[in-house]
Amino acid sequence: MGRTAVTLEINAQSCAFDLDNRTTLLDALREHLGLTGTKKGCDHGQCGACTVLVDGMRMNSCLLLAVALDGAQIITVEGLSSDAALHPVQQAFIDHDAFQCGYCTPGQICSAIGAITEAASGWPSAVTPQERPLGPVPLTAPEIRERMSGNLCRCGAYVNIVNAVTEAAEAVGEAAR
Amino acid sequence: MKTFRYERPADPAAAVTLVAGTPGARYLAGGTNLVDLMKLGVETPELLVDVSRLPFGEVEETDTGGLRIGAAVRGSRLAAHLLVRERYPALSQALLSGASAQLRNAATIGGNLLQRTRCLYFQDVSKPCNKRRPGSGCPAREGAHRDLAVLGASEHCIATNTSDLAVALAALDATVHLTGPAGVRSLPLTDLYRLPGDEPERDTVLRHGELITSVELPPPPHSARSRAPLMVYRKVRDRASYAFALVSVAAVLDVRDAAVHEVRLAFGGLAARPWRAREAEQALQGRPATEEAFVEAVRTELSACRPLRENGYKLALAERLAVAVLADLAGQG
Repeated sequence: MGRTAVTLEINAQSCAFDLDNRTTLLDALREHLGLTGTKKGCDHGQCGACTVLVDGMRMNSCLLLAVALDGAQIITVEGLSSDAALHPVQQAFIDHDAFQCGYCTPGQICSAIGAITEAASGWPSAVTPQERPLGPVPLTAPEIRERMSGNLCRCGAYVNIVNAVTEAAEAVGEAAR
Repeated sequence: MKTFRYERPADPAAAVTLVAGTPGARYLAGGTNLVDLMKLGVETPELLVDVSRLPFGEVEETDTGGLRIGAAVRGSRLAAHLLVRERYPALSQALLSGASAQLRNAATIGGNLLQRTRCLYFQDVSKPCNKRRPGSGCPAREGAHRDLAVLGASEHCIATNTSDLAVALAALDATVHLTGPAGVRSLPLTDLYRLPGDEPERDTVLRHGELITSVELPPPPHSARSRAPLMVYRKVRDRASYAFALVSVAAVLDVRDAAVHEVRLAFGGLAARPWRAREAEQALQGRPATEEAFVEAVRTELSACRPLRENGYKLALAERLAVAVLADLAGQG
């Protein structure tokens, strides 16, 4: 009572837990696995610092109960690079100086990866013109601002974040072609 | 957060039985609102029954050319669904104007409809609130009520419903399908929600253990000349993105021979439920589709507004927004 056995696939590794039902995915990552790259900002789904990819979709890990995710595939900022090469979005954030204190950065990067995937899948945003033909949505600056609005940066690095995501979207698009 | 039991039953009947048999049980789907309220101590369930994996995840055409949307469909998927974008663009617009991308990826359609008010006093357990603790009082009337209701409120509660989705569904004549301990039933979406009266703790007419299984839309209206659906959702808020509506409007308008052939209008941000403007609709039916007629009809609807010290701006905002939306739609038809 009050505890549940849960298995999550985190950064391609199977992890079995016996968790207090109250444990959020965020706390499971940070407190139980020591994966402190994912940050706790507001802990109420308002700031986006805790953003991770759940079955490929960006979500606020602070609002997800880990018990409800049994069997899910989770990617955190620690799982993005491969063979010491940074993910194109990580590299773009460095190249464009897209942070100051860095606290929101892991969430910004995971969110940007989600945004690039969603736009490439043709998902519209609130600023996508209705009459636009179906198909991938180009990530213009207004599209990026709208799609990244769930990630706050109190240092105000937004200008460079938009530049980083613009370049990363092009890099990811070219890699896919 | 208070401790709780967690169950993930294999089928809807088992889920209903579990919740119906436990007074302190709640259904859990995306959890974006419920888990937050549990952290705040506003919700203290003893049992969470996870319905996110029940077979309510489909979007399908109905025999009559409408659309049936499973309650467990995530908001982002519904907003991007091709049938929704082609036939019900106002629904896609409403979903995309709400919350953030992360929240839309987690939150379900059923959960969106049952989200609780964002009234500050409701969310702060150190304050009185008639919705959270019946009889404790309503500090919002004298306090911070800039975002709160101007229509259909009571002396006990002036909370607003904050779902953008519900406003669009109200204008689209949606039906909500439910299952529960006494079997299945269906309601017009506009009848799902209650005005506060002297029972502000009850947001909806749902009985304990009832579960939303799907939302159904009738075929979309089309203009006589074009096949484009004549509908729009427009939202006014403090920020350009990721903020609740101060006022929003969902409208469907079909103008034929310069007269209003069909009109449906709903407001968000004004009341404890999406406000279907039936008086304005009646006033417009068959009338010339002119800005003067729109102004007159919308004023008739809003004459019932009872603003407080800080939320009177909503009247002018709602009037101008609705008139602008109707005029735009009339110009397109």
